[in-house]
Amino acid sequence: MKEEYDVVVIGGGPAGTTAGRYAAENGASVLVVEKRDEIGAPKRCGEGLSSHAMELIGIKPEPTWAIQELEGAYVYAPSGKSVEARFTETAGYIIERKMFDKKLAYMAVDAGAEVLAGTRATSLIKEDGKITGVELLTFDEQKVKAKAKVVIGADGVESLTARWAGLNSSHKLTDICSSFQFEMGGLKLRDPHMLEIYMGNKVAPGGYVWVFPKGENRANVGIGLRANLPGRAYKYLVDFIKNHPGLKNGSVIEINGGGVPVGEPLETLVTDGFMVIGDAAHQVNAIHGGGIKEAIIAGRIAGKVAAEAVKKGDASKEVLKKYEDEWYSTEGNNLKRIVKLRRVVEQLSDDDLNFLAENIDGDTIIKLTQASKFTALAKILSKRPSLLRYVPLLLK
Amino acid sequence: MTVKIDRELCIRCTGCVAVCPVGALDYQGNRIVVDPKKCTDCNICAKFCPMHALSVPGKPIKD
Repeated sequence: MKEEYDVVVIGGGPAGTTAGRYAAENGASVLVVEKRDEIGAPKRCGEGLSSHAMELIGIKPEPTWAIQELEGAYVYAPSGKSVEARFTETAGYIIERKMFDKKLAYMAVDAGAEVLAGTRATSLIKEDGKITGVELLTFDEQKVKAKAKVVIGADGVESLTARWAGLNSSHKLTDICSSFQFEMGGLKLRDPHMLEIYMGNKVAPGGYVWVFPKGENRANVGIGLRANLPGRAYKYLVDFIKNHPGLKNGSVIEINGGGVPVGEPLETLVTDGFMVIGDAAHQVNAIHGGGIKEAIIAGRIAGKVAAEAVKKGDASKEVLKKYEDEWYSTEGNNLKRIVKLRRVVEQLSDDDLNFLAENIDGDTIIKLTQASKFTALAKILSKRPSLLRYVPLLLK
Repeated sequence: MTVKIDRELCIRCTGCVAVCPVGALDYQGNRIVVDPKKCTDCNICAKFCPMHALSVPGKPIKD
């Protein structure tokens, strides 16, 4: 480790290592630190990723980490009726995060970045109101300082760096899901190339249960519940599995939990000498809770902008704001619309969801998750008087 | 008083760190730690925890 870098990235998830890689590729000297002892573990993720997201950062699915190809999803209403939603424009994969995150870390290293696991940021160094470095605690308990022209906070849903930088990144309980997951084997899956999504206030209030296949009879079986509602994610999931004939005899291989931000992304993503990306910036698709794609998109933009700022010799917030503007125009504004969709969907009763399942087609469901076809959904809602009141919430 | 962490239940997912409004929780040395000087007993982390591993004495959470 050196005493000074152009860019220091805090957090070695997909956001952090992608930012590190792009900053290094564009000529910056880079350090990426990860507080956990292993990059990629433990996963806090259902592990779904589209091939489109891979293309964005120039990678192709490889059998070591893109372990199951997906054709679409069955979305179940409380009645038990399922709507089949087939992917048409892009293929999907279940990935092995432990391998995928490491791959991204190695790519950052190969681009010239230095990556250091087991190293935690304890505070940001500030001079004249500007962030100029970080204080770190290494795995062997050494307190060290790393000066940086740009610090990138990529420290996940539990981010403290953004708070240290003066950005309000704490989560309201209404805007975060409490999530829990078992990776399981010995299952009987309906179709190992289809995701299964179960909705309803009895199975997952304010969220959903997912079965994401990792093989013929293996899957991540998880749940997200809105955190302000009573009830334990763990208990809901155990009950669901007990009552599901294809899951109840399965074995548990791994246990995961975590928080999923489902509110609006942070409005301000930069300050003098500092940028925040990924879950730390609440950059998540709020309707399904997926954040890998959002993390790598933000990481790519932030890494490039950081390198530009270094070249210019100016890491003021005015210069770094290029990342914020570019991210909002390519991705952020869509994510904000999806939060509106989430706020409508989570209010629907089981009857309403059953009604939707009878009236919606799979393609509309897929498009909704991509922030389009809101008017198609509004038309369906308009057919039922009790749902009319949601139409303006969706379209405003 | 301060929030208590049941180490046997905790799966170290750090969701509590995410929701703590005052930054009293952190992940250090492979475990969740609480700074009793910062903790205000607000109970938000206990409401969040997917495992029911956190509790503030005298403030039970209903399931």
